[in-house]
Amino acid sequence: MRGSTSLGIAASLVRGAGGGVAALALSLLPGPGRGAAAADPPLHLADTGLYTDIARHTVDPRNLHYSPQYPLWSDGARKSRWIFLPAGKAIDASNPDAWDFPVGTKVWKEFSFGRRVETRFLEKKRDGWTLATYLWNDDETDAIRAPDEGIRNHAEIAPGKRHDIPGVNDCRSCHEGGQVLGIGALQLSRDRDPGAPHAEPVTPDMVDLTTLIERGLLASYPPDWADHPPRIAATSPIERSALGYLHANCGSCHDRSTSLVSIGMLLRQSVAPGAPPDPVGRTAVLQRSGFQLPGDAAGPAYRIDPGNPARSTVAFRMSTRSPMRQMPPLGTKVVDEKGVELILRWIGESRSDVQVTLHEKEKP
Amino acid sequence: MKVGQTTKALAVLAVLSILGAAASAAEPPGKPGPVARGAYLVQIMACNDCHTPWKMGKEGPEPDMTRMLSGHPQSLSMPPPPRLPEGPWGIVVGLSMTAWSGPWGVSFTRNLTPDPETGIGRWTEQTFVDTLRNGKKLGKGRPLLPPMPWQMYRNLGDDDLKAIFAYLKSIPAVKNQVPEPLAPEDLLTKAR
Repeated sequence: MRGSTSLGIAASLVRGAGGGVAALALSLLPGPGRGAAAADPPLHLADTGLYTDIARHTVDPRNLHYSPQYPLWSDGARKSRWIFLPAGKAIDASNPDAWDFPVGTKVWKEFSFGRRVETRFLEKKRDGWTLATYLWNDDETDAIRAPDEGIRNHAEIAPGKRHDIPGVNDCRSCHEGGQVLGIGALQLSRDRDPGAPHAEPVTPDMVDLTTLIERGLLASYPPDWADHPPRIAATSPIERSALGYLHANCGSCHDRSTSLVSIGMLLRQSVAPGAPPDPVGRTAVLQRSGFQLPGDAAGPAYRIDPGNPARSTVAFRMSTRSPMRQMPPLGTKVVDEKGVELILRWIGESRSDVQVTLHEKEKP
Repeated sequence: MKVGQTTKALAVLAVLSILGAAASAAEPPGKPGPVARGAYLVQIMACNDCHTPWKMGKEGPEPDMTRMLSGHPQSLSMPPPPRLPEGPWGIVVGLSMTAWSGPWGVSFTRNLTPDPETGIGRWTEQTFVDTLRNGKKLGKGRPLLPPMPWQMYRNLGDDDLKAIFAYLKSIPAVKNQVPEPLAPEDLLTKAR
């Protein structure tokens, strides 16, 4: 099996969920390993500092509970998140879009599908971020570090669908350059979007942008954040929610700060003063897509085609879980019906005036 | 198999052998620069076998080096692949060697020339390294499809991967928009 070729991947594509043989083939594929053992995160979640008593799920009170206003879709998982900042240290927001976290910062995200399944962990070391995820046992009293390659089809999430535990390379794929996703000015803004799909209730113990500022845990931030927490500029409530959804679910890769900048599609909102407005409008709306809609004889489609969601490749790729076409390409096996409905409605209802104008311009 | 097909198949094997022998002799003496090293690696790793379309020459099938490494030709519209009986045969390849049908669907080899619109002209070196290391389009998109042997190539050293990229950026750009792959479900109604 060690000599498996790309046909092993073919098997996984064909079998989809439940492809135990394919999972085995993938797990046995050769590949570059992680570095020295000394750099490895702890073997047990209990040793990362999240809990004072893991068996009772008692979280150390020094860890700050938070909830982004636009949650990433994770196949309906219930998620809890905490961040630890070293005593006396603050996050540097000199770059408002890419906060610099102090050495010693730790971040956890717990995934539950009816029971705790995994807890992902980031830790800022002097030489960068380490990433790991921990698998809970059946009685939820302990969790141990998953293999670097991850585990395919680990836990059932829906009939015929099973949750993948990400490998370290998968983690780095989204957390490119040590991005801490979900902790930023827009996501933690107190001016929360009531239309955000799957928004989680805010509990009194949670911190947000304002409390981080009040507690001195954020430094060098734009002065107006204290009184005016960031909010997406939009022409309607549905547009605000749609842009927020794209920011959270697509913007971690489709951003100028990542290797995908070459595609030229920016779906992440900027909160930097003076940043060019409306990245989605500039780089996706009525912009030709490099992706070809399957079976479509009408020629190249737009990434977002106002008034025409059926020919908008962004909407199409959100709506499929065909492995070679789905977006996001990892971390989900179930279409987010609520998210897709939001995007389809936004594309269908809005900016038809812009569409007519630009389509007219394109005619010879 | 008809006599003509046998002749073509033998000719393909013969040309492949010649390419391999030429590549073996291509390594220059001394330590090559990245572009020369990349050219050598591209030859011995058989990249042209699939990423350069093949044509019928005077001596039989040969890679069309006027379209070197430009992937499946945009102008070559493939009919639905033949429906094969239940195993053990499972893969069909177009005569251009750039279209492959199998259990994964249909894959069309990519344009590796530095054309900015249809090739790798806008890629960064890191994008290329991530693509081969992670086996994903642009390093983080959909899985790369068979027959691309990225599981083996991912073990290349950083310097070798960067040398290949340097070479690919140095070759003539060819504007050629390769079609998207077809998923197995697309073939259910199309296969002949």
